[in-house]
Amino acid sequence: MIDERFDAIVVGAGMAGNAAALTMAKGGMKVLQLERGEYPGSKNVQGAILYADMMEKLVPEFREEAPLERHLIEQRFWMMDDRSHVGMHYRSDDFNEERPNRYTIIRAQFDKWFSSKVREAGATVLCETTVTELVRDERERIVGVRTDRRDGEIHADVVVLAEGVNGLLGTRAGLRARPTPDNVALAVKEMHFLPRETIEARFNLKGDEGVVIEAAGTISRGMTGMGFIYANKECISLGIGCLVADFQRTGQTPYGLLDQFKSHPSVAPLIAGSEVKEYSAHLIPEGGYKSIPQLYGEGWVVVGDAAQLNNAIHREGSNLAMTSGRIAAEAIGLVKSRGEPMSATNLSIYKKMLDDSFVIKDLKKYKDLPPLMHTYSQNFFLTYPQLISKAMQNFVRVDGTPKAEKEKATLKSFVKARSWTGLFGDACRFARAWR
Amino acid sequence: MNAEPRVRVEDKLYYNRYLVDVGHPHVKVRAHTTPSPQLLALLKACPARCYELNDEGQVEITVDGCIECGTCRVIAEPTGDIQWSHPRGGYGVLFKFG
Repeated sequence: MIDERFDAIVVGAGMAGNAAALTMAKGGMKVLQLERGEYPGSKNVQGAILYADMMEKLVPEFREEAPLERHLIEQRFWMMDDRSHVGMHYRSDDFNEERPNRYTIIRAQFDKWFSSKVREAGATVLCETTVTELVRDERERIVGVRTDRRDGEIHADVVVLAEGVNGLLGTRAGLRARPTPDNVALAVKEMHFLPRETIEARFNLKGDEGVVIEAAGTISRGMTGMGFIYANKECISLGIGCLVADFQRTGQTPYGLLDQFKSHPSVAPLIAGSEVKEYSAHLIPEGGYKSIPQLYGEGWVVVGDAAQLNNAIHREGSNLAMTSGRIAAEAIGLVKSRGEPMSATNLSIYKKMLDDSFVIKDLKKYKDLPPLMHTYSQNFFLTYPQLISKAMQNFVRVDGTPKAEKEKATLKSFVKARSWTGLFGDACRFARAWR
Repeated sequence: MNAEPRVRVEDKLYYNRYLVDVGHPHVKVRAHTTPSPQLLALLKACPARCYELNDEGQVEITVDGCIECGTCRVIAEPTGDIQWSHPRGGYGVLFKFG
């Protein structure tokens, strides 16, 4: 047993864990952070987009120091059918600002740097250490962790569970439920390397400008899912994810979807001639507000993906992770500064603070959308993309058909596919869930 | 476009870096004669295709190529079909980019 006693133990060195460890260490607390990977970042997978505002609150000078890829000046949304895409693009020179708002990053590299800041702040970071169990006292309070190192029992006043979407500790200890097939998505991703100039030419970029594409439609074959293409400096992150329940139900393979997405006529030219250097997979919390578990208890709090804090509609996860990690750390700091014990009653301030932040407010706003998208996935991910693509083609193809007839044909195709009541119902359901 | 292209997952896994903990698989399949629907789903759902049917029609796992996503845990741990733990510290997949 390690004799040393810590103010706090943080399990995991992803965005949430690093934010929590950094904040507590900066606040003068004695912090131990445990990470099972060879180095911080070696088990972490994300698209990835970094949100500057949330990062600035943790490391104000991160722009000068962190390994960033490209600052985003353009966002594309593609609705795809098998041979086409209908796009909405937003590009603005306003995003070429002194302190850009969003960047693409490569997580393994970024997290290594982030962790160096945690160490600088005074936390002890121990890698290659898997936490196997939470330690309880005779009154069932969490008082530490057990690891796979020899004599690996370590004690602390509070344990911060930043163990990720697939975290085992909290579920094994009965603090929260295991993720279910309909509240997590499985995403697979490849890293496609190309010369810098090639990426800039293909995506219409100069210097460190960047673009991201989010895509939905027949690429998910009627399942609830999305594809993404993110431009980094010298590589492109490309992936696709769908609900685990949908994979289970349909028997589609994740790699089959990925390769089909790559061969789509709108996508293939962007990655032509690239060298793939990694294939990864990760679960993404998709349940939203309704699947957020109990966030605190006697001697523990849970943050980030482990707490299902992910905004599936806006594709935002890492900023919710960072923010929940920071807020949990601030709450713990508050309890400690009052000299009070890390009891559930005292730690409940974490939830109050989180409720007041954008994290819970945003998740609450979209609380009905994930189930809606899931229940009507055939319509939203297959039928509508096909109809819209056909409508667009009908609109732009010039073949001597009078425009009034073209419009009538388009309307008819919508009514035939979904019926008037179906169309009306879909519109109402969507509007109600979005509100 | 609906024809399933033959994808060689082994080729994809070849890009990755692993430190295999020989003799200590972190995921185990419960012994069975006839596989449950959950176990059968893993044959397709596992992104690293770690699960395969043997000649007797039972589902077997080889964890060497596992990318530790947890999909099989979500599908087949509730029924007791598999046991899922993290690899020992430092072992398993080591992402260079992530």
